[in-house]
Parts: sequence; C-alpha cells; structure tokens
Amino acid sequence: METAALQKIARRVRFEAVRMIYEGKEGHPGPALSCADIVATLYFDVMNINPDEPDWEDRDRFILSKGHGCPIWYATLNERGYLKPKVEHFHLRELGSIFQGHPSMHSGVPGIDMTTGSLGNGIAIGAGMAYAAKVHKKDYYTYVICGDGEMQEGVTWEGVNMAKGRGLDNLVVFVDNNGWQSYKTIEFTIGQNNMADRFRAFGWHTQEINGHDVEQIKAAVLIAKKTPGSPHAIICRTIKGRGLSYMENNNKWHKGVPTEEQWAITQTELGGE
Amino acid sequence: MSIKKIPMRDGYGKALLELIAANPKVIALDADVAKSTRSIWVKEKFPNNFIDMGIAEQDLVGTAAGLAFGGMMPFTSTYAVFMAGRAWDEIRTTVCYNNLNVKIAGAHAGISVGPDGATHQALEDVAIMRVLPNMTVVVPCDAEETRKATLAGAAINGPFYVRFGREAVPVVTEESTPFELGKARTCREGSDVAVIANGAMLYESLEAAKILAEENISVEVIDLHTVKPIDVDAVVAAAKKCGCVVTAEEHQIFGGMGSAVAECLAQNYPVPQEFIGINDSFGESGQPQELMDAYNLNQSAIVAAVKKVIARK
Repeated sequence: METAALQKIARRVRFEAVRMIYEGKEGHPGPALSCADIVATLYFDVMNINPDEPDWEDRDRFILSKGHGCPIWYATLNERGYLKPKVEHFHLRELGSIFQGHPSMHSGVPGIDMTTGSLGNGIAIGAGMAYAAKVHKKDYYTYVICGDGEMQEGVTWEGVNMAKGRGLDNLVVFVDNNGWQSYKTIEFTIGQNNMADRFRAFGWHTQEINGHDVEQIKAAVLIAKKTPGSPHAIICRTIKGRGLSYMENNNKWHKGVPTEEQWAITQTELGGE
Repeated sequence: MSIKKIPMRDGYGKALLELIAANPKVIALDADVAKSTRSIWVKEKFPNNFIDMGIAEQDLVGTAAGLAFGGMMPFTSTYAVFMAGRAWDEIRTTVCYNNLNVKIAGAHAGISVGPDGATHQALEDVAIMRVLPNMTVVVPCDAEETRKATLAGAAINGPFYVRFGREAVPVVTEESTPFELGKARTCREGSDVAVIANGAMLYESLEAAKILAEENISVEVIDLHTVKPIDVDAVVAAAKKCGCVVTAEEHQIFGGMGSAVAECLAQNYPVPQEFIGINDSFGESGQPQELMDAYNLNQSAIVAAVKKVIARK
C-alpha cells in the first residue's frame, strides 16, 4: 500500500482507538497510539491475511503481547473488515461487550489469534506458533508486538532464548520502545533501556527503526524476510500517545479518558479525512 | 512376598510413546528434567516429537500454547512444584482461559520426593490446578493408572493436569483394571466407612482396610483419581452407604482432593469426614518413607482416622 494511504489509515485507527476509550470511559490510549503505525502497516500492507476468513490456516499470525494496547487492534480489525457489519460503537470494557479490556480469543472478535494481558508472554507463545509452522511446513510468519516495559518479565527472555536456539526465522518481534511503563520511564525503573543490545546479545537479527515511519516498518520486514536462520527483532523508537498534542510523551495517558475539551482537540487533530 | 513396585512416571512415558505412534501431532516438551519425567523416552524414539525447552517453565507452557494453537497436541512435563507453581500464570491465562489443548504433567509430586526437601515437594499443585476453570485434574495411584490417565487426557480436548510422584510405588492396578476419566473406582466394598484416596495413598488405604477388617471394621476403598471433575454420584453414594468418610492424599489438606470431597458432600449429603494429608506445613528433607511416616501419610494414620470418624457418626 502507498505510504500516504497507510498514514491515513494509521491516523484513522488512532482516532477510532481514542474514540472507543472516550465512549467507554476506560482504557489505555497512550500505549495504543504508540504502536498504531506498526499495527496498521502489518494489517494493511505486510501480513498475508483474509478478513473474510479470519481462521484461514495459512494466514500470518499476530499477537499483541502488550494486550492493554488493544484499542488500536480492535480499531484496525474493524477498519480492515474483520467485523461484519462494521462496528460503530465498541462498548469497550463494558459488560457483555466482545471488546474486552484485554484481548480475548474467545470473546467474539474475529482475528484475535491469542489472548494477552498478562505481560511478557507474547514471544513464548509466538515461538510456539512459529515452531508449529516449521513442523507443518507452512510458510506463514508470526508477528508479535511487545511493549518495552514488559521486557522486564523473565519469561520474555526464556522465549527469546528458545526462539534463537530453534532458529525460528519465521518469527518477527516488534518492540514498541516508547521508553515508558505504567509508573515511570524504563530508565527510571530499571536503569537501562537497551533493547537492541539485549536482542543482539541473544543472537537475534536485530534492526532499529523509527516506529512511526511506515516506510521503515515495511522495509524492516522485507529485510527480516531476506535474512534466514534467526528470529527477528525490530526495535521501534516510538512516542507514547503519538498523534495527539496533549498526549504525546505524557505518561499520564498510560491509562486515562479524554475530557470533553480534549475530545474536541482529538477531533481536530485526528478526525476527518 | 515382596510387593512389585514401579514409578508412576514410567506409565507417563509409556503413554507418550503410544500416543505419538498413533498421532504424530502429539509432541512432548520438557524443562531440562526429561530423564526424570520419562519424556526422554520420546526424544530417544521420536526425536522430532520432542523439545527440551531448558530451565524455563513459563516458556514451556507459553510455547505449548502456541503449538496447540498451531494444531499440535503438546504434553508438557517438569517437576510438579515448578510446573504448577512457576507457570501458573501461563496455565491460567493462556491455556485455561483460552481452553487450549495443552496437557500438563507434574512429576516428582508430593513429600515422597524426599531428600530434595521442601523446595521440591509439590504439596499445593492439586489445589492450584483444580481451581482453574476448564482444567481436568487427575492423580493416579500407580504406573498403569498413570498410563491410562495420560491416554485419557489425550482423548479430551482441553487443558489436562496429571500428577505423579518420583518413587517406585506398589502396583495396585492391572492392564485390565477399568479406568474412566471422571469416574471413581471402588477398589474394595465395605459398609462402616468409606476411605477415598488417590495417588500413593490408595495403596496405604487398601492396607489399612485389611488391618481394620481384622477388627471387624468394614472399609470401602475408593480410588478418586479424577479430582476434577469430581464424581459426585460415587462420592455421595459412598457417604450414604457408609455414613462417614476419610480422605487420604499426598497433598495439603487445604484445597486438595479431600477439600473437593468436602465441597461435594456439604452440598449433597453431609457426613463426618476426616482428612489425611499435609496439615498446613511445608515438608523437609528425609528419605521418602521416613517423610511419609513423619507427616502421617501411612496406613496407621488412616486406621486412626477411620476410628475417629466412625466415633463421630
């Protein structure tokens, strides 16, 4: 897809993600917006998928390991045509809604390949999916988006270790490296935010890109696919809350709901075409 | 005459080989203790159906979930204390919440693992597994029943936990002994008290019943191998027939099989019940039989509990 069209979609799903949080009065807008360009590029350009057949067995798989960012996933699935009819009001986090607070593969949202919400599990599960593809001689890829905060979970590195050891070159992990976690910055919390160094130390094919540049995201996946033998880490420099002036790099928006005034700003900055 | 003894884990290993021979989608995963759990037998015979995940229990379960999602039937195994404990979050949220077809084997369970001490003695695993929705929990009594339980676990679609000990334990069932998941098995008919047991405590219960018979106390012995879903009909029928119950298990009293029986009886047919199990303490190092005796997990403890519960009728 053309760059301008992808950027337009990324803007659109940002708006929809914030709208569902505004309407549902709960959610994590900052973490959703920081990975918007990656999710949009995967679903509208990179991944081999069919929205009319969400469980198609040869599809590329996707895991949002940082499950709290799910509003952007819900919005993207909706824009991509997974929800039929297209959803107007998401009722995010409301009783009886299919749009759970963290993504569930059994709540009724087509296209959710894996439940997440307990942080750190995406790489291990993705490695299992990638391993199954190798066993079944399938050529689908498994894509995982992790937060940088959840890299503090030990199971992450168990998965990183195993995926390299088994040569799972059909596994592509994006790290949404916005530098923040729930409470403070990554640096404040653990004293270092050296994601690329860590993946390189584990022997992964590692790239560092601007996670808001759809061209760079597309190019990094192409390079990954041409580099066999090792799983792929794409460390994405991102800005938490990207796309809204009042939200960017302000960790108050890890979780929060726009006021009416802020919703008006949202409509100006992200609304329309 | 000496009693024939075989470790239950041999039954697990045998079952895996049978399953993989019949279905190449079955895959065994272990966390660095495959020799102990007997999943090494898979590596030796079917190397493509085995993954050693290393010392990484959470990754073991996470990867198994991904494999299950990819159409395979993973059997994960490691020591029960780490299997159920360290990977509980992954078992809960990734496997059970999603009702994925992941099979989980907790080996070296109970205090009888011996000298390794409290850190390695899984005495809580049944409680934290049976509390999970969608989970099936089985505690077999010997190697042959472990084999049958493992095969039965493969026949259901969904999470399954089987737990077994390290030591060679007396053979109390044969190949022809019936086994049905979710159905308790009456091993000995009696009328004064029902002793409901599983795991290594089943043999102890059968021996206790012989001792009590000499004192004209008629003991019914029931093998409650499937802790969840519990066989309500069998438990209630035993309570009605005998009027009192003793439960015996190599596990904490709080939350284990005895608790499951008490939950069942309280709702359906309350009768006096005594509990044989670990009484809210950790274990310690020692030889297996020493520990079983020190923690009242033996025939004489069952005999005493039977007398106590009959007096409460």
